[in-house]
Amino acid sequence: MYVAVKGGERAIEAAHEWLAEERRGHPAVPELSIAQIREQMSLAVNRVMAEGSLYDPDLAALAIKQARGDLIEAIFLIRAYRTTLPRFGASTPVDTGAMACDRRISATFKDLPGGQVLGPTFDYTHRLLDFRLAADGEAPAAPRREASPAPVPRVSEFLNREGLIEAAVPDDTAPPDLTREPLELPAARALRLQALARADEGFTLGLAYSTQRGYARNHAFVGELRIGTVPVEMEIPELGFAVEIGEITLTECETVNQFTGSKSEPPQFTRGYGLVFGQTERKAISMALVDRALRWEELGEDNVGAPAQDAEFVLYHADNIQATGFLEHIKLPHYVDFQSELELVRKLRRNVEASQQQEAAE
Amino acid sequence: MDHANDDRKARMSLLAKAAPGGVSTLLDAALNAAGRPDFDWLRVPEIGSVMVRGRAGGTGAPFNLGEMTVTRCALTLEGGAVGHAYIQGRRKEDATAAALVDALMQTDAADMLRDKVLDPLRAETEARRSTRAEKAAATKVEFFTLVRGED
Repeated sequence: MYVAVKGGERAIEAAHEWLAEERRGHPAVPELSIAQIREQMSLAVNRVMAEGSLYDPDLAALAIKQARGDLIEAIFLIRAYRTTLPRFGASTPVDTGAMACDRRISATFKDLPGGQVLGPTFDYTHRLLDFRLAADGEAPAAPRREASPAPVPRVSEFLNREGLIEAAVPDDTAPPDLTREPLELPAARALRLQALARADEGFTLGLAYSTQRGYARNHAFVGELRIGTVPVEMEIPELGFAVEIGEITLTECETVNQFTGSKSEPPQFTRGYGLVFGQTERKAISMALVDRALRWEELGEDNVGAPAQDAEFVLYHADNIQATGFLEHIKLPHYVDFQSELELVRKLRRNVEASQQQEAAE
Repeated sequence: MDHANDDRKARMSLLAKAAPGGVSTLLDAALNAAGRPDFDWLRVPEIGSVMVRGRAGGTGAPFNLGEMTVTRCALTLEGGAVGHAYIQGRRKEDATAAALVDALMQTDAADMLRDKVLDPLRAETEARRSTRAEKAAATKVEFFTLVRGED
């Protein structure tokens, strides 16, 4: 329980002032600008937007600066800001098939229409520290090559043509929104995907890894991973038609997983799906694996009791702001709670001592 | 949707995706000494959010992916033309400029603004897009098969 306690205001004020000084670091070192963080720490910015569940690179950069680089604290700031915004509406679902891809790879097909496009990836780097970055260097320039404006069809579409993979049938049911109604179980896939899209990257990665190691193994291949921009379109009520209101970067991962089939249906591949704000590849792949594991029931698989199959376990522990809020509150004053525990343990000890004395006397 | 709406949809989409400050700069240069026209607010610039939706599997049932910040406003010129803006980010100045262009495109200034604001914006957007596409194309893998021993 909490009891209002007076006192400590001066200490708190001094702590905040010292925090501001420490945040700034040594005054002889130039201060970071929001634009520098946005441009040069862009993957941190992307993570804060994804898990803060608000696409705004400048705000995410500001939050990272204010949080001294503590990304969960920065996500907390973004979530708090988000609640102050009036909601103008919802977009029409983005068309990731028409994405302007910076990166597009498939681990299942070597030669595919649109090709394997590596994009600005860490893959194939040697993971050796590059000391040239510690020196002032010239701005590097990426090579260019003529681009063909041909479409980049989805890998699942080729498989779909032969009926080898389950279809993702279009549907226009309005999806549930966990920012409006509390997350309740059983959660439909749309709600699970919303929760996973904003889930903690580390938690999602750990669960996804557990499925690869055998806890509800589902033999995932990355059928396709694409990163790029899509326009966001919204129906404008005053106008009566939809207009594009901006453009965002997304990472999409589609996994191709092991089969299901029945007496009436021939075996076919199944799918897991990940879609995340920004260039956030590790998170998108993790999301797709966990999405697939959570689909065990609708695909008629056995529940083997694996953590990644347990929707309650996954969805109620994946949000790092809920988690850190509850975890960190235990460091706040609990003097009265603790006093009652102290009283209890003393009483228990007195009872034990009394019974021991009684035994000795008998 | 009729032709006028198609035009309007295209220009509002273009204005929403312009770089910060881009519309204002082009608009003020186009209007030159005459300056911006007087207008009345129908809705003063307001910052809010829009829930972005995706589809499961890319093509299936929709789900809520997360929100984005959006600024919107609406204004009316003295002649009665109404301009709307819905643009990404927290940018009241840019939303005002976008709504002005939208309104002025319904007046005699339309041809001049198409030349001096919309066409340059379209060229900028296209240049940005093709630069990235060219960088991506340079990272496209060209597979080749090594010659093997047996025929």
